[in-house]
Amino acid sequence: MTAIPVLLAASSVDTFIQTLFKALALGSLYSILALGFVLIFKATQTVNFSHGALALAGTWFLSMIFMDWDIPGRWLPGPNWLHWGIALLLAMLVTAVFGLIIERLTIRPMIGEPVFSMAVITLGLEVMIRVIADDAVMLTPRTLGIPWGSDTFKIGGASVAWSYIAAVVMAAFVFFVIWRFLRTRTGVAMQATAFDQEAALAQGINVGMVFAIAWAAGSALAAAAGIFASMSPWAAAGVASREGAFFAFRALPAVIVGGLDSVPGALAGGMLIGFVEIFAGQYLSGQAGILGYGYQQVIPYVVMLIALLIKPYGLFGTEEVRRV
Amino acid sequence: MLEIANLEVVYNEVVLVLRGLSIEVPEGDIVALLGSNGAGKTTTTRAITGLLDVHEGKVTKGSVTFNGEQIDNKNPSTIVRSGISQVLEGRRIFAELTVDENLTAGAITSKDKAAIKTAHERVMTMFPVLAERRKSVAGYLSGGEQQMLAIGRALMVDPKLLILDEPSLGLAPKLVAQIRDTIVEINKDGTSVLLIEQNANMALSIANYGYIMETGKIVMDGVASKLLKDEDVREFYLGLHGEGTERKSFKDVKHYKRRKRWLS
Ligand SMILES: Nc1ncnc2c1ncn2[C@@H]1O[C@H](COP(=O)(O)OP(=O)(O)OP(=O)(O)O)[C@@H](O)[C@H]1O
Ligand SMILES: [Mg+2]
Repeated sequence: MTAIPVLLAASSVDTFIQTLFKALALGSLYSILALGFVLIFKATQTVNFSHGALALAGTWFLSMIFMDWDIPGRWLPGPNWLHWGIALLLAMLVTAVFGLIIERLTIRPMIGEPVFSMAVITLGLEVMIRVIADDAVMLTPRTLGIPWGSDTFKIGGASVAWSYIAAVVMAAFVFFVIWRFLRTRTGVAMQATAFDQEAALAQGINVGMVFAIAWAAGSALAAAAGIFASMSPWAAAGVASREGAFFAFRALPAVIVGGLDSVPGALAGGMLIGFVEIFAGQYLSGQAGILGYGYQQVIPYVVMLIALLIKPYGLFGTEEVRRV
Repeated sequence: MLEIANLEVVYNEVVLVLRGLSIEVPEGDIVALLGSNGAGKTTTTRAITGLLDVHEGKVTKGSVTFNGEQIDNKNPSTIVRSGISQVLEGRRIFAELTVDENLTAGAITSKDKAAIKTAHERVMTMFPVLAERRKSVAGYLSGGEQQMLAIGRALMVDPKLLILDEPSLGLAPKLVAQIRDTIVEINKDGTSVLLIEQNANMALSIANYGYIMETGKIVMDGVASKLLKDEDVREFYLGLHGEGTERKSFKDVKHYKRRKRWLS
């Protein structure tokens, strides 16, 4: 039987290709989450623990907008995917406004308080939003009406989910937009504030406005990550509230590996953790007996610890993250 | 133009730093404010530009008035818009941003694109070194270039009053001379200047009027050329000896030490 080795080889290439796309996609999701974290941290020095809740809120907004209210389909002719795309942007926008309101009510009054208090407040927000979401709104699983559903396409013998491609495209899109934004006047004001708040104030930069913009952008990014993580095959269908929120916490190693205040770091950290998690899950499964079951979930933290030992401020982070 | 009357500033509700300070900057003049470490010079600039908040400081008595309007209760952005711009102590450029981006940040309160362009061109002509390095990251500039950038950044709003807090700090004599000439040029273009310095020689050589402060109060003031000649001032307040402007004074040594701290 000479066919067997050939078959094996082919299937291992297929497995590799599948694993590669899966890793790219998960890395993209982590990167989008990390980017939101980083924008908020960079501008406001606050570690936003409510990121998962914002991701969840964004996902829920999309479901309401697109499925329940049929926006923009009720007014607009044209293909379904276009409607969905517009609804996606609307959901991100609504989440941005939601983030703005949160910032105004809970964060702004706390400006000048210790960084730790701010972080605890966001943690409280996380729990609050999640409880409201669980108890009041999400008694039933909701669907997101994703145009490509769980469709896949073939590369040779490997089958790749369109959701993976979508996640990568979305990551490329948001990183491009943020990168362009940071070069605009407002973006420069934001970076200046992040670097030296007093010097920024001295130029007449409205630091309150910078905080608001950072929260709005970070919230919109959380929504995007939540939505693209709620697609098949990551989640069976629609909004899985607990998973969605915990998913954001899983991005924490990505943020820390990349550096809390670095945009390129968010991309690199997200990709690194995504790749390690997926490849270890695929190729070390034979050793699960030794490594312990569920080891994939632990690996990002192991990578984080190693990275911190080598570079305490993250791969791209600034050494002196807190400035007086 | 700028009037500080009987100003009292307290940090953290307990530390009294300015104790009845009075200073005046007439329109079109260069006014020097001199004093040794900890006299309260930087605190004075913070009181003028609305930055006391950042340091938990408060004006508890007296007032700061700019063109007839009281400004000690205004926020920094409003104060910049009213025509006061400052070069912070220690330069404080945005080291991670490029030269051009630093200048953009300096112009943030200006909505007028044409005015921003004019101001940018003026900075480029004033400091050709910066023109060559527009796209470089500011953190890689030399100390002198960073000071030029800090001045350029403050000029982006075409201020009526420019406040400079120890611009000569940590610079070699040649660069100090260049900064001095620049200040004169800025003043000739119509900007009033409040120049804060420990380098009394440099400041008084270009100022119309000078104030000397000690522990939060003005202890002496007068026409700059007179102050420069006054024996008491030379001996006790400025630490200058005899004719020796060439000679390395104790102060230069101190500056050198401080520069190391700033750059590290
Ligand atoms: N944020 C603060 N909280 C408490 N005290 C402060 C604060 N900032 C400055 N001080 C104190 O106020 C006094 C005046 O400080 P200030 O920085 O205004 O002096 P300075 O004349 O600018 O000195 P230098 O020449 O060293 O820059 C000092 O005794 C200083 O310790
Ligand atoms: Mg000072």
